[in-house]
Amino acid sequence: MKRMNLADLQQKLTVAARRQPADDRVPYAFEKRIMALIAERSAVSGRLLWARGLWRAAVSCVALAVVSGAVSFFTPATADNTKDLSQEFENTLLASVDQADTTP
Amino acid sequence: MERSEAELIAAVLGGDAASFEPLVAKYSPRVFATARRYARRESEIEDIVQEIWLKAFDKLASFRGEAPFEHWLMRLTVRTCYDFLRVHQRNRESSFSEISEPEEDWLDRFVADPGTAAEEAEAAKVLINRVLEKLSPEARMVIQLLEIEDRSVKEIADLTGWSVPLVKVRAFRARAEMRKILARMAKDKYL
Repeated sequence: MKRMNLADLQQKLTVAARRQPADDRVPYAFEKRIMALIAERSAVSGRLLWARGLWRAAVSCVALAVVSGAVSFFTPATADNTKDLSQEFENTLLASVDQADTTP
Repeated sequence: MERSEAELIAAVLGGDAASFEPLVAKYSPRVFATARRYARRESEIEDIVQEIWLKAFDKLASFRGEAPFEHWLMRLTVRTCYDFLRVHQRNRESSFSEISEPEEDWLDRFVADPGTAAEEAEAAKVLINRVLEKLSPEARMVIQLLEIEDRSVKEIADLTGWSVPLVKVRAFRARAEMRKILARMAKDKYL
């Protein structure tokens, strides 16, 4: 039996590959499919942006709540009611109403 | 009036995503033809092309407009196909025991008289595809671009992002790898 010349075979098969015509068929409405995917991704990324923002806001709120809780927990309570923050806030807020009541 | 490519690209970058559609319609045949050289199953080919277009949309801002859009797109296409080859390296280790009768006949004819084994024969096409599938991703890429598409080393370097010396080294190794695969294929009967 004759021996095979591998270099020739390689050359011949390469020529065979070159002679294969390019298959450039495109599935029906392929560009519509791509545009739908792009639109879908944009919508998803918009929602993701909102979700990310809301999560950041939620984390900030929790952190603020924890700090406020810690401050009120570690601040020693005073017997003096006049120094109560809520009382002072209420007095300030209603000062104009009180003045209107006392003015003849 | 039909808008130019530069106008379409500028519109897409300006937020008008719909202007991308004419580009997809125009270049999809070229992208599909390239993807079909690296993948066989139609579902895989569609996935590759879809990935290429989504990447093209995302990276459009990196297109500087110095070279034609087609060149930029083909670079993206070749690199995505290379990534696909690297991920799907199956079947490379399988043997050649599955060679069909027509392919064996073609090889017999080639051994008896190389002139009688036509390159246009379906068996030759099946054989070369079988051999290409067994090559490593780098070797397949180089053989495809250099030997089959007849591109220059510089063009391949530009398409793949490899340096010119690296393309030359890979071309040398790829030819050796291909010959080794052919030797394995012919071992039992002809060597």
